Amino acid sequence: MAPSPPAAKLRLATVWLAGCSGCHMSFLDLDEFLFDLAEKVDVVFSPVGTDVKIYPEAVDIALVEGAVANVDNLELALQLRQRTALVISFGDCAVTANVPGLRNLLDGGHDSAKAVLERGYLELADATGQLPFAPGIVPELLPRVLPLHEVIPVDLYLPGCPPSAERIREAITPLLAGERPAQEGSAMLRFG
Amino acid sequence: MSVITLNVNGQDVAVPAGASLLEATRAAEANVPTLCHLEGLTPVSSCRLCLVEVEGSTKLLPACSTAAAEGMVVHTHTPRLREYRRMTVELFFAEGNHVCAVCVANTHCELQDMAVTVGMDHSRFPYQYPQRPVDATHPQFTLDHNRCILCTRCVRVCDEIEGAHVWDIGSRGGHCHIVAGLDEPWGQVQACTSCGKCVDVCPTGALFRNSDTTAEKQPNTTLPALLRTAREQRRWHNQ
Repeated sequence: MAPSPPAAKLRLATVWLAGCSGCHMSFLDLDEFLFDLAEKVDVVFSPVGTDVKIYPEAVDIALVEGAVANVDNLELALQLRQRTALVISFGDCAVTANVPGLRNLLDGGHDSAKAVLERGYLELADATGQLPFAPGIVPELLPRVLPLHEVIPVDLYLPGCPPSAERIREAITPLLAGERPAQEGSAMLRFG
Repeated sequence: MSVITLNVNGQDVAVPAGASLLEATRAAEANVPTLCHLEGLTPVSSCRLCLVEVEGSTKLLPACSTAAAEGMVVHTHTPRLREYRRMTVELFFAEGNHVCAVCVANTHCELQDMAVTVGMDHSRFPYQYPQRPVDATHPQFTLDHNRCILCTRCVRVCDEIEGAHVWDIGSRGGHCHIVAGLDEPWGQVQACTSCGKCVDVCPTGALFRNSDTTAEKQPNTTLPALLRTAREQRRWHNQ
């Protein structure tokens, strides 16, 4: 008797926008749970799980770390929304813009791109300072750093800086069973 | 002592005459959230988190500064109140510059805790990123206006407990901010006794000791009630 085909695995993506990758480090802190996860999902796009450069079609769940700070972030955010059933704002940078968003303070958030570049490359530089100019190579900064939900609709929020591995597991486990996690209480919701 | 009887969330409770609605809700263990309120200080109902519904009133009433009255029927957690409370906390986050990850008060912040209490997983209101200064002129303490929610606990504890009245609110509307002395740098205000009570009662990281870095602030919010009780009961021999 031929073995029955394995049940279709969920297609999981993890995405790294403007963040420090701390949320992804926390994801790797899932340790042995990653083996359980690997039995239930195919990791189809991830800076820590695949070498795929193009965001694939028909993704079931995407954990999106980081704020939207440059044109590459924006393009990928729009693309992943079109190709993903359930988008999760993964960590405080995605949820609030957090530390990357601090540059919005430089001018009240209207055009902090110019302000932050001048601060970093001219004001704090020695006499040889110059603004970076590499069109098509280095992505242009957006005028304002945005949380993910101000760019695309988000289905679930997983705050934390970073969210602990425990919190990630508690959020993912119900999703693998087709259920929504109960996002309440200090274990699941706390910022910072 | 006369007693007032009222109903909170379907439960009859009795409180002493003169008690606040907040005390009545606590007698019913209703867990009405508060942020500006602090035992030992005069209530000012500035944060609006303790708003409750009282049957017969068309307005929502702040429990901390409303007197409990005989026969009141009070509801503390209707869907409308829950929604307003969450909106209120989202607006607190949106109107200031609150970045928990890099704040002295991280893990000891009442605003951070309140976001959990009201179930805030994100803000539906875009963050405003207001331009606010930091006053680091005091030798021991710093005032970071970015993290201030204008609860006025510092104003009240300095006036009512320490008796120095260093703090006030200046300006209007969205420009409201805490001022030291006559809107001077804190370090130049001679009335300040450097007692640190304002720092101890601040619910966020707006006031902190200069030695505190990220997540190191340890508030002491029971201080006003302890001092007030001790004074009223004359626990010191030299009084």
